[in-house]
Amino acid sequence: MAKGIKDKAAVIGMGCVKFGENWEQSAADMIIDAVYEAYEDAGIEPKEIQAAWVGTVQAGVRGTQLAVPLKLEYIPISRLENACATGTDAFRNACYAVAAGICDTALAVGVEKTKDTGYSGLETTYSRHISQGTWLDPEVFVGMPAQFALAATRYFYRYKLSYEEGKRTLAKISVKSHHNGTMSPKAHLRREITLEQVINAPIIAWPLGLFDCCGVSDGAAAAIVTRPDLAKKFRDDYVLVKGLGITCGASQAELQDDYDFTHFEESVTAGKLAYQEAGIKEPRKELDLASVHDCFSITELLNYEDLGFSPRGKAKEDIDAGAFTLEGELPVNTDGGLKCFGHPVGASGIRMLYEIYKQLQGKADARQVKNAKIGLTHNLGGLPGRFTCAVTILGR
Amino acid sequence: MGGTQMAIGITSYGAYLPWHRLGPGTNGWTARTERAVASFDEDSITMAVAAAVNCLDGFHRQDIQALYFASTTPPYKEKSNATTVSVAADLPFETLSMDFSDSLRAGTAALQAAIDAVKGGSAKQVLLVAADMRVPQPRSEFEPVFGDGAAALLIGNSKVAVQLEDSYAVSHEMLDVWRADGDAFVRTWEDRFVIEEGYLKILPQVISKLLDRNKLSSKDITKAVLYAPDSRRHREMVRKLGFDLETQVQEPLFSTVGNTGAAFAPMMLAAALEKAKAGDRILLANYGNGADAFLFRVTEEIEAIRNSRGVGSYVESKRILPDYETYAVWRGLIDKAPPTRRPPIRTPSPSAMHREESKNLRFHGIKCKRCGYPQYPPQRVCTRCHAKDEFEDYRFSDKKAKVFTYALDRLGPTLDPPLVVSVIDFDGGGRMFSIMTDRDVDKVEIGMPLEMTFRKFHSSEGIHNYYWKCMPVRA
Repeated sequence: MAKGIKDKAAVIGMGCVKFGENWEQSAADMIIDAVYEAYEDAGIEPKEIQAAWVGTVQAGVRGTQLAVPLKLEYIPISRLENACATGTDAFRNACYAVAAGICDTALAVGVEKTKDTGYSGLETTYSRHISQGTWLDPEVFVGMPAQFALAATRYFYRYKLSYEEGKRTLAKISVKSHHNGTMSPKAHLRREITLEQVINAPIIAWPLGLFDCCGVSDGAAAAIVTRPDLAKKFRDDYVLVKGLGITCGASQAELQDDYDFTHFEESVTAGKLAYQEAGIKEPRKELDLASVHDCFSITELLNYEDLGFSPRGKAKEDIDAGAFTLEGELPVNTDGGLKCFGHPVGASGIRMLYEIYKQLQGKADARQVKNAKIGLTHNLGGLPGRFTCAVTILGR
Repeated sequence: MGGTQMAIGITSYGAYLPWHRLGPGTNGWTARTERAVASFDEDSITMAVAAAVNCLDGFHRQDIQALYFASTTPPYKEKSNATTVSVAADLPFETLSMDFSDSLRAGTAALQAAIDAVKGGSAKQVLLVAADMRVPQPRSEFEPVFGDGAAALLIGNSKVAVQLEDSYAVSHEMLDVWRADGDAFVRTWEDRFVIEEGYLKILPQVISKLLDRNKLSSKDITKAVLYAPDSRRHREMVRKLGFDLETQVQEPLFSTVGNTGAAFAPMMLAAALEKAKAGDRILLANYGNGADAFLFRVTEEIEAIRNSRGVGSYVESKRILPDYETYAVWRGLIDKAPPTRRPPIRTPSPSAMHREESKNLRFHGIKCKRCGYPQYPPQRVCTRCHAKDEFEDYRFSDKKAKVFTYALDRLGPTLDPPLVVSVIDFDGGGRMFSIMTDRDVDKVEIGMPLEMTFRKFHSSEGIHNYYWKCMPVRA
């Protein structure tokens, strides 16, 4: 009987570059900066890294994109892509390798260079990753803001929120995240915004406006993992992996007429896998903080319900009560989330882990959550019904 | 002549008019008339498919042996356009598809050929579809006149509703209106010459000959369906032929639709049939480098094929374009920057298009033989019961649907922003992510009834990528 990942992998060092429009940095530059910060944080020599995974959607191909800039010589390196869960999946593979006893230390890196395309949004998957075809797939003709706007429209309808009520509820999420972002030195967007600004912003994909959408940034982040019995050699305040869940949808949203668009089953199932491994039964009570995928404000709202932070249909009440603010019952996106960091797709998952790692070590400065012992990260990407979702739980 | 042994004629009819109009109310439009204009995502092929599908409502597609497509504006010059229409209308593989082009009489030429094919026995039923969208040069004399649309006629020898009695045609070489290879717009000569020596001279000769040899006079005609370049010439022709304008002549649609080119005569005929009664005698006369004329007799079968989606209902179902600029952008007369900086959509792969013909053009999904659930796009493993390869083909193009949820995407690449991205549930089961076209953005709502419509998704490197969209139910 499989027992899961709990307490079989430990994070001993992490690094993260400042996210933003990094015009002066290539993907390789950001990889070097993130990884060398992680080396230094772990107190590890580069030659001690025995295996590595690099996650990116569009910054490059092959494991050599890590070997070449870092001069990692003749070690196993794989490149992987798994939509918005790409970085987390690189981390997951590194954890599995050390847990399985295949190697003692492994490096996971997530990186994305979005700002060299000349486009103001993400260069969507169709231009690179669907093999040359007819371009008649929904992933081609349904842009990302619209994919999530579909959920907002239906959520408002199902729970009888007027457009104004719905917009205001979502706006509170963005205002909260921007507030947290002001305390986050590595965030891209670092200023307060007001409810009225959010509500009155230009529409991107109705009902979502500009401030319902996360930023678009370049970034990279890195993690070094080892077995817990070896972790003490590196540091006392290492962080343990408690749960790793990844699930993929099978086009249910576009095939099945009972898929409701007011929740994402990928999040529910990935959450279940991770909670089971970590032994968490009441997430809202047991978790001290969470970094969830907030590519759009509506995504964060649905995450509250899908991950068991709020009962179904009750996210609005929790948002209104401030349950997920820094001072609330369960602070969410304490670093400002994708909203403020932007979403360099391959990097986001490990950037979230970086925030939880720092919080659990008590190193989050102004945004420190008191006595944080256990935290969750969550990524969700693709198309509704075709999402890949990753949930990771870290603890002390 | 009248003495054919086997009754041959029209067994069904259909029409299609685009939703948009230039007209009073369009900012920048100076004419008093309305003109039907194809959407940015329509062309002669897509309009032909709509008319064909309307014409085939209630008919078995496997019983049709040939499809004739007539147009002066076929999207491809080399590569059959008729075949695309045939496949999108979901006619069988064993369909003879033929392109009739380069003439304003292409529609009636195809009609004569269809009648001859049935008479000759090479086909029992021929579907004839005519469609045109000639782009008039901005501010030219043609701009207030040209319209876009399509009409379809099913020709057969069983349950004939409109029986052919006789037909007659002449060829007459003349440069009156023309468009040479490479010309974007129609050219013409001085109208005194064009009308006096051409239209008003040749068409009456043909009609007189046809009536004379059938021992008929203009009084014997219940309804005269007369091609004309414009409404003034139409009135002159009626006067010259001695028909009573009020009672004997099919209304020529100049004030509501416009001259729809190769589709014009068949479309007026379809409009006439909507109101025809058993025993009516109909004269159809078309003109263009010669003329042809047909005499038809309406039978009792006409009552069985009353088409609720005829020209009349499409004339009523319309949206006046708010400004001329929108139309000019749609026609490429203004090369406007796209709404946002997005990567261009790559050229589709002909091998992938070929592989996906049934899915993309025929709009076939599958229905699981084990659990009965319809699915689009077609799957090999059932989304519900996971049966593998146990499916039957299932046509979605004629299914109605309802909006489950939607988004109004202002980033999406479209000449008609916002892109209405919708999740739709089909009556009878099944769901799809679909783009909604020909919609009033303010009226889109959850639960809204929809139908499917064949449109051009994008064009690149000479490849037109057609696909089905949804739209609010027309008419």
